[in-house]
Amino acid sequence: MTRILLSIAVMALTTYFIRMIPLVFIRRKIENQFVKNLLYYIPYAVLSAMTIPSIFYATNDLPSSIAGTVVAVIMAFFGLPLIVVALSASAAAYLAMLLLPLI
Amino acid sequence: MHEFRKGFVQGVSIALGYLSVSFSFGILAVQSGLTVWQAVLISVTNLTSAGQVAGVGLIAEHAAFAELFLAELVINIRYALMTLALSQKTDRSFRLPQRLLTSYGVTDEIFAVASLQPEPLKPKYMYGLILISFLGWTCGTWLGAAAGTLLPVKLTNALGIALYGMFLAIILPPARKSRGILAVILIAAAISVFLKFAVTSLSGGFAMIIASVIAAVIGAAFFPADDAESKEADA
Repeated sequence: MTRILLSIAVMALTTYFIRMIPLVFIRRKIENQFVKNLLYYIPYAVLSAMTIPSIFYATNDLPSSIAGTVVAVIMAFFGLPLIVVALSASAAAYLAMLLLPLI
Repeated sequence: MHEFRKGFVQGVSIALGYLSVSFSFGILAVQSGLTVWQAVLISVTNLTSAGQVAGVGLIAEHAAFAELFLAELVINIRYALMTLALSQKTDRSFRLPQRLLTSYGVTDEIFAVASLQPEPLKPKYMYGLILISFLGWTCGTWLGAAAGTLLPVKLTNALGIALYGMFLAIILPPARKSRGILAVILIAAAISVFLKFAVTSLSGGFAMIIASVIAAVIGAAFFPADDAESKEADA
């Protein structure tokens, strides 16, 4: 219990300070090009590493996870809104769970 | 009041999006062994999707605080870039208290909406935008955590993929326009898969940190400048 609450505090404080420090303390632009590029690419790297391979375990069942992933990749590729992609992936996974056992 | 309302209204679509994504987070948190109120507490205090998903996974693994700290740092460092950009866009009424308060609520979507504003940002506008988004995020978490266990197992399992679908929807469209982003995404995914199966002793958090740092460093070294420069302006 205490461990969990302390863990939540670590998460919250880390996240807050990351957001707060630049807004409060830095008033000039970063000049170092390598650092700028690194900061620019980090979100894409993080989200990709978080998604792959975890997305294939996301529904606790490989075939339906693959169905959801395929739908999400196609819809995301065409730039559909986040919420549409997210819910369509779930819908595809759900349909796969219902329909695949019948085949 | 006018500024507050403007922000609040502009945030409605963010809140609706958050509602369903945080619903899936609530389910995930409870499945990972947290209570409903711990799940809600995480959403209230963090207000971020990727960092919370990783955090819940690490808490379930009994990860050390240092690992949790490092994971949050790597995942959320992008916010430093966003608040840095916003600090160039704030109007004169942003003094220390307004800056401390606004810092709480800078998410990817709030940043995207706020940075598209043509005029300098006012604190009350930011408060309206953040408050409605916060409500969507928190209510969704509570609903998912509380009602997630009442839904059929197949449905909750299927909703578990929604967050990852959202992550793909964030990273894939820009990857079509930038070879650098595409390379970084593919490298990060490849290293992540490799670590998962080849280095099974490594925990999920560190695997994610290693994969994303290596991929971002390669991207910065081999795909520099022009992409990043132009995108940063409207990121």
